[in-house]
Amino acid sequence: MSSPEVPTRGPARPGPYVISGILLLVAIVVPLYVPAYSYDEPRLGGIPFFYWYQMAWIPVTAALVGISYWLVTREDRRRRESVRGLADGVER
Amino acid sequence: MNGVGVPLAAPDRPVNGVALTIVIILFLLVAVLGFFAARWRREETTGLHSLDEWGLGGRGFGTWVTWFLLGGDLYTAYTFVAVPAAMWATGAVSGFFAVPYTIVLYPIVFLLMSRLWSVSHRHGFVTPADFVGGRYGSRALTVAVAVTGIVATMPYIALQLVGIKAVLTVLGLGSAENVLLTDLPLIIAFVVLAAYTYTSGLRAPALIAVVKDLLIYLAVIVAVIYLPIKFGGWGTIFDSAQAKLATVSPATGKPAGAFIPGASSYSAYWTLALGSALALFMYPHSITGVLATKSRNTIRRNAAVLPLYSLMLGFLALLGYAAIYAGTKPTDLNGAVNPQLVVPQLFLDQFPAWFAGIALAAIAIGALVPAAIMSIAAANLFTRNIYRDLIKPDATPRQEASVSKIASLVVKFGALIFVIAMDQSAAINMQLLGGIWILQTFPAIVAGLYTRWFHRWALFAGWAAGIAYGTIAAYNVVNPVTKAHFGGSIAAIPGTDVQVYIAVVAFAINLVVAAVLSLLFRAMKVADGKDITRTSDYGADENDPKVAQLQREHPLAEPGGPTY
Repeated sequence: MSSPEVPTRGPARPGPYVISGILLLVAIVVPLYVPAYSYDEPRLGGIPFFYWYQMAWIPVTAALVGISYWLVTREDRRRRESVRGLADGVER
Repeated sequence: MNGVGVPLAAPDRPVNGVALTIVIILFLLVAVLGFFAARWRREETTGLHSLDEWGLGGRGFGTWVTWFLLGGDLYTAYTFVAVPAAMWATGAVSGFFAVPYTIVLYPIVFLLMSRLWSVSHRHGFVTPADFVGGRYGSRALTVAVAVTGIVATMPYIALQLVGIKAVLTVLGLGSAENVLLTDLPLIIAFVVLAAYTYTSGLRAPALIAVVKDLLIYLAVIVAVIYLPIKFGGWGTIFDSAQAKLATVSPATGKPAGAFIPGASSYSAYWTLALGSALALFMYPHSITGVLATKSRNTIRRNAAVLPLYSLMLGFLALLGYAAIYAGTKPTDLNGAVNPQLVVPQLFLDQFPAWFAGIALAAIAIGALVPAAIMSIAAANLFTRNIYRDLIKPDATPRQEASVSKIASLVVKFGALIFVIAMDQSAAINMQLLGGIWILQTFPAIVAGLYTRWFHRWALFAGWAAGIAYGTIAAYNVVNPVTKAHFGGSIAAIPGTDVQVYIAVVAFAINLVVAAVLSLLFRAMKVADGKDITRTSDYGADENDPKVAQLQREHPLAEPGGPTY
């Protein structure tokens, strides 16, 4: 069958996807593990541990997602360049 | 313009003139911006005469605009009012779960949404139901997803009105005797909102969101620094909250709330957070925000920067405790205690009138942004998946845009009537059910992004089973004080004592039914639908040609046949 399909990306290298998958899994599972933080002490500036620990996870998650973004987009760019280089010949 | 020059009949609360003036000025500013938005980044050749332009803002929003738009879309006025209200009334389990909810949300968004963006970009999908239709070729499943989206969104819009109403009440606009006059400012605000949404489409809330978000950040940052200093530190605030929440309620014989969840509420706490996070991006208004972005990576970049809003929400939740210390009295027009008035009242009591005006305006405008996006999203669902799919398959883009504009008006006025004619608790119950229902579209939408393993009729049956269980379980939750049904969103897993968010159990049932029936239907060789997507579509970015263009150049002999 004549296929009109042009691959949008070349084959993936698993490394970056596996690492960012682990980072994202950590960012989902750890904040949901309540027994780790259902305590009053130690307080931080008067705020109980239960409250400040969860708030502290917000910047941590942002950083984990940020690192995943960097890993995945770098690999993504490489995969795209590999097919576009082929499809377009010399010009890119 | 806001009907305020008219002296209201016997206001039961004093009108705060300065705060009210600030709110009106900011409201007018935002209205002008809303109409001006029609000219912003406009495609001069076509105008706003297609759903891509009217309903998705030209599909061209970059990282910054998306950050403001989604921030305004997801962190709604109702959130700002309801989360601190829950903290004030019952403490951590029903209030502070919003923080882990909006933490685990972003890794999930990062994983799922760029694939949805890519396939939608390639095929010109406007709604999640468009994608389900393209992937499974099942009219029943498409309509199920579309109707669930519309039904779940309607009460959500109504709750935005509840948020505006809380602000108007503490400002003194309202009277227990004259219901019509009480609702007049609300009606006027909504008519203006409907008008600029009609003319400008998604561009209006995108521009307004910038103003709203800056105001709300300003209000929360100032409150979070100033109030603890005024009250003698966070320590004293938390101590008074702890004392109040430990007080035994005479009606139930249990403590009023949970300061720090005990072991028996762990499962409720984390399932509420996880279930809400999984559900949020199934709501049509969230997906509209995603599909309006310019590139595959815009949403991923935003997943890393949107958590700043969660930090703000966390501090806002703590203001519920600050109100406990301050002894804020959220008295409604009829004299009853209405926890939803807590944060507006706190600002009015503790700050100079002009600053309270800014904070209250931020909440009120915060209701307009999501209300506009939600009505657009619901209108797009109606237009694409009911009007075009079922009534007029050859609708032109121009007809689609005009149907959608009218549908957005109908949706908004439906919500308005809901709030004015019915009890507020009806809207809250419906919203609770809506959260359970919308999660039942997750398997059809998300599994489809990765695999065609599920059978279309199995997904449909799973959806129906999840909706049925969720509705019955929510009905059976009885409020211990009022004895009313739909008393909450937590129930025991059937056959156990483990208290969890109902939506999560319904979701598990949904998945099991869909998986088992998929095996069965495949074994019975029940006909599968046509899949018009290709594997390569899910990784496409903004530089790849759209499918319409590919089809012109290389017509497919058999759509959906080969994928690789």
